[in-house]
Amino acid sequence: MNLRRFVVMGGAVFCAFLFSVWLNRPDLDLDPIAPPNLASATTEQVRAGEYLVRVGNCAGCHTARGGVPFAGGRPIETPFGAVYSSNLTPHDDTGLGRWTDAEFYRAMRHGRSKDDRWLSPVFPYTSYTNLTRADSDAIFAWLRALPPVNQAQPESTLRSPYELQLATRVWRALYFKPASDAAIAAMDRGQYLVEGLGHCAACHTPRDRFGGPVAASAYMGGEIAGLGWDALPLAGIDDAGDPEGLELAALLKTGIHSRGAVAGPMAEVVFNSLQHLRDDDIAAIVSYLRRLPKAEAPAAPRVPRVSDDERAALRKRGAVVYGEHCADCHGDDGEGQPRQYPALAGSRLVTAASATNALRLTLDGGFPPSTDGNPYPYGMPPFSHSLSRPDLAAVLTYIRSEWGNDAPAVSVVEVERR
Amino acid sequence: MAARPKLKSVPLMRCPDRRPRSASRWLAAAALLLLSLPAAMPLRADEAAPPADWGDRLKACAACHGDEGRTVGDDYYPSIAGKPARYLYNQLVSFRDGRRQHRVMASMLGVLSDRYLGEIATWYAAQPHAKQPAFEGATAGQLAIGERLTVAGDSSRNIPPCQDCHGERLTGVQPSIPGLRGLPSRYLDAQISAWKQGQRQAAAPDCMGRIARSLTAAEITAISAWLASQPYPADAQPAGRLPHDELPIDCGGVLP
Repeated sequence: MNLRRFVVMGGAVFCAFLFSVWLNRPDLDLDPIAPPNLASATTEQVRAGEYLVRVGNCAGCHTARGGVPFAGGRPIETPFGAVYSSNLTPHDDTGLGRWTDAEFYRAMRHGRSKDDRWLSPVFPYTSYTNLTRADSDAIFAWLRALPPVNQAQPESTLRSPYELQLATRVWRALYFKPASDAAIAAMDRGQYLVEGLGHCAACHTPRDRFGGPVAASAYMGGEIAGLGWDALPLAGIDDAGDPEGLELAALLKTGIHSRGAVAGPMAEVVFNSLQHLRDDDIAAIVSYLRRLPKAEAPAAPRVPRVSDDERAALRKRGAVVYGEHCADCHGDDGEGQPRQYPALAGSRLVTAASATNALRLTLDGGFPPSTDGNPYPYGMPPFSHSLSRPDLAAVLTYIRSEWGNDAPAVSVVEVERR
Repeated sequence: MAARPKLKSVPLMRCPDRRPRSASRWLAAAALLLLSLPAAMPLRADEAAPPADWGDRLKACAACHGDEGRTVGDDYYPSIAGKPARYLYNQLVSFRDGRRQHRVMASMLGVLSDRYLGEIATWYAAQPHAKQPAFEGATAGQLAIGERLTVAGDSSRNIPPCQDCHGERLTGVQPSIPGLRGLPSRYLDAQISAWKQGQRQAAAPDCMGRIARSLTAAEITAISAWLASQPYPADAQPAGRLPHDELPIDCGGVLP
């Protein structure tokens, strides 16, 4: 009896020991804070930092809507609750005022705060771990040059147990491995931008139920939790119509190309970040994206089944709705108008496995971003108040299955769920 | 090229000059103007040829606000044609930055440059007004309360008459004060109520917020009903200047 209790207790202690070893494994050799760079920032560093902050689109999360740039406070919605972005201005109490460049570097590379707290992976250090010390220092130098703003961010609204540091530790042990200096040094420019500061994977690699990236489906797109938009796949892009990658480069730099435009969250990325990138960096990104190997498609979203009869009826009605509301701009054959109205025939957005983006765009409308290459974009009207739910389902089913498009039908129930 | 109104032709609000001003006051005014520069409407760079097909580019707006910005009837969405350019620009920026709440407006405007917003405002300001029929659903009681508050204000609560800011004929004052005529009563009611609740804001000091908070819900409905019941003037152009040359109340959305 006593022996049995001893074995059970001993087993539990041993398991706890194994758990803690596993938990602490990934950061072992990379966790200590590197020595601070005591030289004061140079003008070149600050200038380089400004560009890198654009590349990383730091303002995208760290500026609240209508708020002071980089003072944080924007809620980042996740399936586990909202996390408020931190204040990056050099304010002593509420910002990075007391931080050293080495502490900043550790936060970027290892997701660990100045006070040793484990940072929520909403902050994409899974990508920023690929950052060089020089680039991290440049970003820090630029942030230090901002006017300090006294603005504390609200507490996160993460549900239990996700707000616990232990939960973050488990998440890290499952999903995060800091990059080695050798791995970073081996990257070419395109890979460095995409896998590092660009943090494209944050949206374009699907996440599992714990918010961890699904490595087997790297860059295959999927639902962006909390935003109500899907990310399109970046890997395995069919570029038969774009042998030089010039169309993709134009899309990233100007928000449009000859057949289409960016929409939703990607329009914000182009507006705030990509349009400011140098042409050689855009070319490097395009070159890397075109090399990304096609991976496992993420699980298709579960949608109500549509019978053949229903589908035929939706298509029939959809053709009428399309003629009345869409054909003026998008053309009788879904061919669109170059640089004005996106083509729907062959559109990746229209024919995506999930109709989320097409539905969202039809309901709410929207503009591609204003950029130097396209300063006054043509906008798409919202149809949420002028088309009935059945008509929306019909027209979406129609454009997803006409002109050679071959994507699943959209049921009225799916539209009504929005 | 088709004649287009130039943004530069929109005059800034004339400074009240009834009192002599010392040099330091002018300096202070200049400093204030400088401070307000980020909010100023951007002027188009001369070298860039502006496009001419605004009606096509702005179909997204027409879906709710009508072709060329004219809505007719007691629908919710307001006409924007012929409103002062600077007012329209301020509203676009406010929707983008969260001082006004409308999910679709915010998501549309989030990726548009200040310059584009300035062009949009200028184009709609140059469009002819809609001819609005008068609202007929107001009760006699509402009309009496609405008329009293609109025309005379209430000095005991520090509420100025509407026309002191919105122009003698309530058709607005260039360049940044909107007209109150020809708007759906539902829209007026929703806007003043939103100010009262803090859901609509203008740049500080938010004069309309202060006024709306001292009105009751019934008074807001009465004012909206009375305004919408007035026959639409043949000439609905915004006035060139304020009736008394200066505002009765401090307003951050209006240049000094």
